[in-house]
Amino acid sequence: MILLALNPLSLLRAMPGACAQGLIWGIMALGVYITFRLLDFPDLTVDGTLATGGAVAVMLIRGAGMEPWAALIIAFAVGMLAGMVTGLLHTVLGIPGILASILTQISLYSVNLGIMGKSNQPINVDQYRLVVSSRYISGDALMKFKFYGGVVLGCLILVAILYCYFGTEQGQAIRATGCNMRMAKAQGINTDFHTVLALMISNGLVGLCGGLYAQYQGSSDVNMGRGAIVIGLAAVIIGEVLFGKFCAGRKMAFAFTMVSVIIGAVIYYAVIAFVLWLKMPSDYLKLFSAIVVAVFLSIPHLKGKFGKKGVAE
Amino acid sequence: MMNGGTKTCALELKNIHKTFNPGTINEKIALDGLDLKLNDGDFVTIIGGNGAGKSTMLNAIAGVWPVDQGSIIIGGVDVTALPEHKRAKFLGRVFQDPMTGTAATMSIEENMALAARRGKRRTLRWGVTKTEKEQYREHLKMLNLGLEDRLTSKVGLLSGGQRQAVTLLMASLQKPNLLLLDEHTAALDPKTAAKVLELSDEIINENNLTAMMVTHNMKDAITHGNRLIMMHEGKIIYDVQGEEKKNLHVSDLMAKFEEVSGGEFANDRMILS
Repeated sequence: MILLALNPLSLLRAMPGACAQGLIWGIMALGVYITFRLLDFPDLTVDGTLATGGAVAVMLIRGAGMEPWAALIIAFAVGMLAGMVTGLLHTVLGIPGILASILTQISLYSVNLGIMGKSNQPINVDQYRLVVSSRYISGDALMKFKFYGGVVLGCLILVAILYCYFGTEQGQAIRATGCNMRMAKAQGINTDFHTVLALMISNGLVGLCGGLYAQYQGSSDVNMGRGAIVIGLAAVIIGEVLFGKFCAGRKMAFAFTMVSVIIGAVIYYAVIAFVLWLKMPSDYLKLFSAIVVAVFLSIPHLKGKFGKKGVAE
Repeated sequence: MMNGGTKTCALELKNIHKTFNPGTINEKIALDGLDLKLNDGDFVTIIGGNGAGKSTMLNAIAGVWPVDQGSIIIGGVDVTALPEHKRAKFLGRVFQDPMTGTAATMSIEENMALAARRGKRRTLRWGVTKTEKEQYREHLKMLNLGLEDRLTSKVGLLSGGQRQAVTLLMASLQKPNLLLLDEHTAALDPKTAAKVLELSDEIINENNLTAMMVTHNMKDAITHGNRLIMMHEGKIIYDVQGEEKKNLHVSDLMAKFEEVSGGEFANDRMILS
């Protein structure tokens, strides 16, 4: 009965935005995939890094008059620095990974306020040639095509670069470090160095995402990264649950997995748009996100627990 | 040892001490003034009861943790101060747990490529080259396990025996100064264990490697290698080689054990082998 009161058209109208957000957050999810899956490191730095990327990009464009695309490169670099801090806290000072990342995340809150001077800084799409903006998706067909084409192409280029990188000696050393640290050391891999390196690449991607997202929403906010890790995890897990079988054993499986992580982010935002359309108060969004992640995270475990009975006996 | 003019020292351990949890109720003196010299080409088997310090000695050589005292010299290089990953260039290692020696989520060829670059800088060059793939295929053929057709299979899909075989192969891709085998057949069923042991002999002989093998199987300790040492409470208490070793019987070793451990050895799991 309630459903009758809902307008399907408004759901349809919400989808382009959800899709765009998903694609942008997909880049962040790739970063989370690198730490969470490849390195097996619970990195909470990203909540801070995302806002740092946004803050750096906005302030550079507005304050220093930098080209928006160039500001993204700096956002990536600054993200790498944040990852390096977490990495060094963990490897050099021996602080447990999750705690090291929380320390960096918290300190980044102050850093971000310092960069912006206050908690929120707007950036106007009319004044600057922003790389992405929510305005573009309400523009004419050509503008829409350029926007989506550009974002999708950008994501695919990132996937291609990461695919190649993790096939190099250095990339393989990172994967070995994450998979089996004793083996990695026995093969002469400096596991500390490669842990830091992976955290830097991951947070670089998150910083890049922050820079893009700030441009997309037209402002940078000190709280824009709160709960980012949950969204990243959701994307990774949705991608794995839905496309895991499709990707496994395939040639270039890793590239397919990364694409599925980005699609996972898009699906996540589509689901969010859907529940908002169902008139769920937006205050409950974070609770809802956490439940989605908890459900998807528990699926493999529950499958193993209850699926086994039928097989074993 | 007598004709030492031509032979160099593959490994020298000088007065190695290691105490775990010092100053606590769990204090354990694991290595207590250990001395050992290995000649190039020596294949030493190492036996001893639980807690005698066999694996601890191998871990000390590999640099899993720093020793409290003493020095470790491999092929003439003092490695005592080097971290584990820097010592790796001298060492090939196979562990007791088949899961430890390989990266499960990576393919066979990637695992081999990681091992082929042991001790080298990890650059941005491609991780596995085409020529390497062919080499690995040839190497894997020698194992007779059909793995040469599964280069891109994840190592996690292999059985324990297959994984140990691959780990052995990996250890020899980049010829090590010293091969450390830490009870590497203990987790395998008897048939597979015998095969892996046979393969170990082959690889050691073909590549003319210097090797140390910890085992709790006294028969294996006698039949393999050219030298046998027995450890007890962090020290080497018995060291035989050549003809004398060949003529050993399990009963001789048992008697030796009884002697040092005052009969309590009867409860030890070594008696089971």
